[in-house]
Amino acid sequence: MIGSTIRNRELEINVFRGRALFAGFVILIALSVVAARLIYLQVIKRDHYYTLAEANRISLLPVVPNRGLILDRHNEVLAANYSAYTLDVMPSRVKNLDAMLEELNTIVEIQPRDKRRFKRLLEESKNFESLPIRNRLSEREVARFAVNRYRFPGFEIRPRLFRNYPHGDVASHALGYIGRINDADLKRIEEADLTSNYRGTDHIGKLGIEGSYENELHGTTGTEQVEIDAGGRAMRSLATTAPVAGNDLTLTLDIKLQKVAEQLFGEGRGSMVAIEPSTGEILALVSRPGFDPNLFVDGIDPQNWDLLNTSLDKPLLNRALRGAYPPGSTLKPFLALSALESGKRTPQQSISDPGVFRLAGVAHYWNDDKPGGHGVVDMHKSIVVSCDTYYYQLASETDIDETAKFLRALGFGTKTGIDIDGELEGTLPSRQWKSNRFAKSTSEARKWYVGDSISAGIGQGYNSFTPLQLAHATATVANDGIAMRPRLVRQITDTATGKVRSTAELDANKPAPKNFKPENVAVIKAAMAGVVTEGTGARVFANAGYVSAGKTGTAQVFGMKRGEKYVAGRINERLRDHAWYIAYAPADKPTIALAVMVENGGFGGTAAAPIAKAVLDFYLLGKKPDINKLKAAQSEPTVSD
Amino acid sequence: MSLRSAINRVFDILTRRLDAPLMVTMIVLAAISLTVIFSASGGNTFDRALGQLRNFCVALVVMWIVANMPPLLIMRLAIPVFVVGLALLIGVAVMGETRNNARRWLNLGFGVIQPSEIMKIAMPLLLAWYFHKREESLRLADYAIAILLLVVPSALVMRQPDLGTAILIFSAGFFVIFLAGLSWKILLAGAVAAAAAIPFAWPFLHDYQKQRVYTLLDPTTDPLGAGYHIIQSTIAIGSGGWLGKGWLAGSQAQLDFIPERSTDFIFAVYGEEFGLVGGLLLIALYLVIIGRGLMIAMNAPTTFSRLIAGAVTLSFFTYAFVNMGMVTGILPVVGVPLPLMSYGGTAILSLFIGIGILMSVSTHKQLVAT
Repeated sequence: MIGSTIRNRELEINVFRGRALFAGFVILIALSVVAARLIYLQVIKRDHYYTLAEANRISLLPVVPNRGLILDRHNEVLAANYSAYTLDVMPSRVKNLDAMLEELNTIVEIQPRDKRRFKRLLEESKNFESLPIRNRLSEREVARFAVNRYRFPGFEIRPRLFRNYPHGDVASHALGYIGRINDADLKRIEEADLTSNYRGTDHIGKLGIEGSYENELHGTTGTEQVEIDAGGRAMRSLATTAPVAGNDLTLTLDIKLQKVAEQLFGEGRGSMVAIEPSTGEILALVSRPGFDPNLFVDGIDPQNWDLLNTSLDKPLLNRALRGAYPPGSTLKPFLALSALESGKRTPQQSISDPGVFRLAGVAHYWNDDKPGGHGVVDMHKSIVVSCDTYYYQLASETDIDETAKFLRALGFGTKTGIDIDGELEGTLPSRQWKSNRFAKSTSEARKWYVGDSISAGIGQGYNSFTPLQLAHATATVANDGIAMRPRLVRQITDTATGKVRSTAELDANKPAPKNFKPENVAVIKAAMAGVVTEGTGARVFANAGYVSAGKTGTAQVFGMKRGEKYVAGRINERLRDHAWYIAYAPADKPTIALAVMVENGGFGGTAAAPIAKAVLDFYLLGKKPDINKLKAAQSEPTVSD
Repeated sequence: MSLRSAINRVFDILTRRLDAPLMVTMIVLAAISLTVIFSASGGNTFDRALGQLRNFCVALVVMWIVANMPPLLIMRLAIPVFVVGLALLIGVAVMGETRNNARRWLNLGFGVIQPSEIMKIAMPLLLAWYFHKREESLRLADYAIAILLLVVPSALVMRQPDLGTAILIFSAGFFVIFLAGLSWKILLAGAVAAAAAIPFAWPFLHDYQKQRVYTLLDPTTDPLGAGYHIIQSTIAIGSGGWLGKGWLAGSQAQLDFIPERSTDFIFAVYGEEFGLVGGLLLIALYLVIIGRGLMIAMNAPTTFSRLIAGAVTLSFFTYAFVNMGMVTGILPVVGVPLPLMSYGGTAILSLFIGIGILMSVSTHKQLVAT
């Protein structure tokens, strides 16, 4: 019994040892597998995993460049940057946004206006984008949020550059504004192959200078190589390529003149463009009412947006470039110049004006503004007194297409080539134009009639041009017939090199517009000077202290029945005539040419000429305008033009 | 009695029951553990490393006590420990605390414990005791009873659900049965049956458990979810190369890309910073412990001491293998700490108790052999 127990024990020990050895063998194999795996990972695939680890660790962050400054011609700052903190939200990382915002409100004030603006951004954005919920946080708010940060996953404070327009709504249409990059912008950026340069940038120039000079203003985005942790937080900087700030733009605008000119329009609607004739530099580009571009910088809130968009006064419309109005009598000097150039008229050729123009075989007749007529009228007098009959007759004898050809050379019906986008061509009537315009109508309606020529012949009819076009044509005459491309940017200062490029040099490569014969231009200039001394502008410009030249214009908005007397008070305000005045000064050596248009202002000599005079007074004499005096001049009894 | 002999005597009392090869290897491992934990906790705070040092010290005392207990005494504790462990497991099933969708914890009023940890030791103890008692007349029925004793607590743990721990408990018990000599035929049949059962058991797995298997097969299917751990740990280890990136210099470790970097995934930190050389050294140290453990087991005088020493050793290997296999991406992700390396008091304590048992077995054999 004992023996078998011992034998049993020995057997059992042997079994155990066998099993233990077997286990040891398995263990050796298993650990060899682990070792082999380590060799595979750490020797054979080491480079692969090393690359992956580096890719994990290193992230390229964009460093957004400072946007270029915008200065006026005297280096007054019109658009600048400042740094401030924003509170950004990544909506995709926040579960209950509304509740979170409520909670956030106890730490950082979130006004209903911020919420509305945020909702708007949210609708426009992609889900993974990070959007600002509050801009310009105070130091206190930044500190308070930092302490409570853990409570708000998905929310983050970021320092950011903001755009500031210190002059508010002054020159808003010329400057434009910057706003958040939207889908359309993104597409353009992609098409221009600039996607990498816009990494990290969330604003882009939308209109005006900001929009058209985006490429100069934006600058080159830098990169920062940072080491990041698994949560994506930057731990330390490894290497940096500094961004290159955008280029600074010096404008041709004189912001003081601009401000004065805008004041002169008061609450009214209208536009004025003032150009330096010898260079084409735009001294002032007014479109009233304007808007405050600062509203757009952070994404405009819906309330303000609706206000701007639905206002009957259309404050967002850049009237100087995009408002096309019948020019009325302001077109006469240019029609006269066309007649001289084409040989249709000599300066001395006269007509006798009985106060009415009749065409053989046509029952219709055309009235002159002045009952009884102006008597014997040559070209000089036709401009000075603004004789309609002279131009009815001229139009009846001139083919409309020929008139169009000469007017086009003066920039009518074509883009002036101003260096910001969006200008309209206006309407320069011709046979081709009418046929196209009424392409869907009967062939009768598409035909050009002599009657069309006659109403077009005094700047009415189908004619409609922008204030910029009128100012440009006036400047061309003032510059003795040499047209200069109108320009808003004077020079571009390269921030990286400090090198200054003048846009005049850049323009030199472009084809020069057609010039006019100096002797013909001289006739027109003399006549426009006569307007101020003895004609329709004489009363306003009496004792001006400088010699100017000009032309009044009153453009019908609303067709009157024959025999009906135009009484401003009886007509709806918005159907009243547009008042025009074009001018340049000093008459002998012009330094400024301008076109003033007062929408529904009534007579040009009354509503527009006083504004032109106040602008010239300020520009030439430094005289601050007296708004009361201006109002008084504008309410003088109407004079005909 | 001179001072010298007094010191000698105290030293003798302290070291008499310790096993030199095991002790030296463990000290080296503990030193490596502290070094890596310091790095894994960011390299700028001693909090974790000191915590781990405390774990080691406490566990060392417990180990010393266990080592000084004769195997006979340890065997007598088998039943009470197992009964208490089983009772607590049932308690968990009935009134356990649920965290992260798993019911693993039991609040005893004075503290929250995880009874499955107790089972890791209690299970092999009980089975070793059982086979010891039945050594004279071991029959097939005894194996059946042993398997029943093994399956019930394992199933309870698996239901919590805690597949990793269930596997460890099951394997610890299985090692005893295997070493006790269950016939190869039955083992083979069992293996075939288990393999055949997989398709039937599969639907009963939890989604996250299935996901872990999918993730093992192709971690890239879910790079930000379940696959993230494995992808990041293999990147860490692979990028370490031959010699590693150096202590505190592993970008994956220092920049938080390795999850659970001081606990379950500490091997990734170690592999990144100390490279293949470090990894092979660790495997070698484990082999020393395993080899020494098997030697002790083979030389043990009684069935109980043989079986418990063998099972403890094989369990130790299982922990190491499952963890390293998981971190290097050859086994699915199961929450098993790397023995003597991962931060964590409970794991260190149970490992030290196991090694204490080994030491007890190795130093008490003369007394029992008679």
